Amino acid sequence: MTVQSNTIAAPLAAPAGSEPVSPPESVLSPGSVLSPKKRSYLRKHPAVTVGGILLLLMILIAVFAPFLWTVDPTAISTARRTRVPSELYWFGTDMLGRDIYSRVTYGARVSLLVGFSVAFLASVIGLAVGLFAGFVRWADGIVMRIIDGMMSIPPILLAIALMALTRGSVQNVIIAITIAEIPRVARLVRSVVLSLREQPYVEAALSQGARVPRIIFRHILPNTIAPMMVQATYICASAMIVEAILSFIGAGVPPSTPSWGNIMAEGRALWQVRPHIIFFPALFLSITVLAVNLLGDGLRDSLDPRLAKSL
Amino acid sequence: MLAFIVRRIITTIPVMAFVALFVFSLLYIAPGDPAAVIAGDQASPADVEKIRASLGLDRPYLIRFGEWFYHVLQGDLGTSIFTSLPVTQLIAQRIEPTVSLMLLTLIFAVVVAVPMGVIAAWKAGSWIDRCVVGFAVFGFSVPVFVVGYMLAYVFALKLDWVPVQGYTPISQGIWPWFKNLILPSITLGFVYIALIARITRATMLEVLQQDYVRTASAKGVEQRNVLFVHALKNAAVPVITIIGIGVALLIGGAVVTESVFAIPGLGRLTLDAILRRDYPVIQGVVLIFSFVYVLVNLLVDLVYTLVDPRIRY
Repeated sequence: MTVQSNTIAAPLAAPAGSEPVSPPESVLSPGSVLSPKKRSYLRKHPAVTVGGILLLLMILIAVFAPFLWTVDPTAISTARRTRVPSELYWFGTDMLGRDIYSRVTYGARVSLLVGFSVAFLASVIGLAVGLFAGFVRWADGIVMRIIDGMMSIPPILLAIALMALTRGSVQNVIIAITIAEIPRVARLVRSVVLSLREQPYVEAALSQGARVPRIIFRHILPNTIAPMMVQATYICASAMIVEAILSFIGAGVPPSTPSWGNIMAEGRALWQVRPHIIFFPALFLSITVLAVNLLGDGLRDSLDPRLAKSL
Repeated sequence: MLAFIVRRIITTIPVMAFVALFVFSLLYIAPGDPAAVIAGDQASPADVEKIRASLGLDRPYLIRFGEWFYHVLQGDLGTSIFTSLPVTQLIAQRIEPTVSLMLLTLIFAVVVAVPMGVIAAWKAGSWIDRCVVGFAVFGFSVPVFVVGYMLAYVFALKLDWVPVQGYTPISQGIWPWFKNLILPSITLGFVYIALIARITRATMLEVLQQDYVRTASAKGVEQRNVLFVHALKNAAVPVITIIGIGVALLIGGAVVTESVFAIPGLGRLTLDAILRRDYPVIQGVVLIFSFVYVLVNLLVDLVYTLVDPRIRY
């Protein structure tokens, strides 16, 4: 037996949903835009609702950062260094007198960009690699040995090692984390392909002369989408954490671009006297990752009940 | 059994070979020319070429890999660019704090997480269960250094129960050593506990539905024995697997935890090496950590056969 995939994407059995007694339709005025079917889905999966709302909020904050009463997040002012939170500086200021509220607000852009990009890229590339390994018999052994090798390097260490090769930038962080995450997706896809290609209906399709691309689009992909989407949300969450860690230890996004990780890195020296510099980015990061994780758990439970049970 | 052990050890060879190749390539494609660094600013291009030839840097990739790997097998991981000390010596100096931290965390996490998962599964749906499930989601969402600063702020800075930062070698007494490692271990164990508790709960939920569990309860076996002997033993394989896989989280987390609590371990060594672009050191640390990770999972596979006699290879 070898190292399994899904380290982070590990199971969390369905949160015992406290299903509230449904209130009369007329009371639900804000929700009445949704169809009754969608509304009952959201009621059954409160995790999806809560996670979705929080994530949407963060996306809005990231997109509309310039309009949310922020100032230039890189503006340095020696006159107002290390202020504690006040009416004027909501989250206080850092060692260089930069407004932390503005930095945290703009920092949402980096986290979300890294999370979504890594989830998307790792899924697409992992899918391709997994399909290749699953269908091309002779390549399977080689590809899987490489994947085993990559997975035997702890992901954060792999990302750190890759970042050591280049200079810090958002783009390089995305590439480094993507490379570290690809093996997990590839393994998942390959395992789905291997189990499906033994299914009688796939064999039947093959014996009728169906070509591999047709098999992939008709039979393999529809069965891969659900577990892959769930995997993608977990990758998104872990990518945001890894980005913060990389930036925190100084191997990630450079200080000129505010990210939650590097704001905390700059607060490190002063954390004993000015904990607010670390507190606010930490809070935002934790809420965002929590939102994505809740969304992932909810998606897993609803998209594929079998998966929720078997994991 | 012996045949299995041998076969299992052989399967780790290609994995380790890949890791070695990857780690070597890291240095190979790393920016910066060691020959130019050694030659200094005054050197002419011809001098640099001469040094490059004398270091063997002008030879093909595979030959250099072979030579490097031969040295690694003999325990020679090269020389640090920054300190000019052998990498193995640097690692040896820093290994105690990291091993202490990881072992303590491992023990602490397993002792806390497994009962947590068992009780959650036993009382499925209750408030205890919901707390455990909630903690598991929470544990995955809060980055390790955030946990570290929160704990340090409350328990070290405000309450003053334990030292804020630093490390005391075990040779200076068990208690000072332990006291310094309490907060880092809880910090590092946070995600790990969430992971183990979650898997234990999920596996136990399945096992508790089995007929023999009902039979054991029916014939009057004590509840505690049913849970921790009959059921847990049969849930052991996935739980042990995740304990092994989770070591990756411990390794990654140790780098960060050591930096939060100013522990002079391998994690600090890695960070310093990255900031100074000291590639031989980065290589050495990645190689050592990956080797440990592969070894742990090899052990896990061997433990399977002990806990579950049904598994025969």
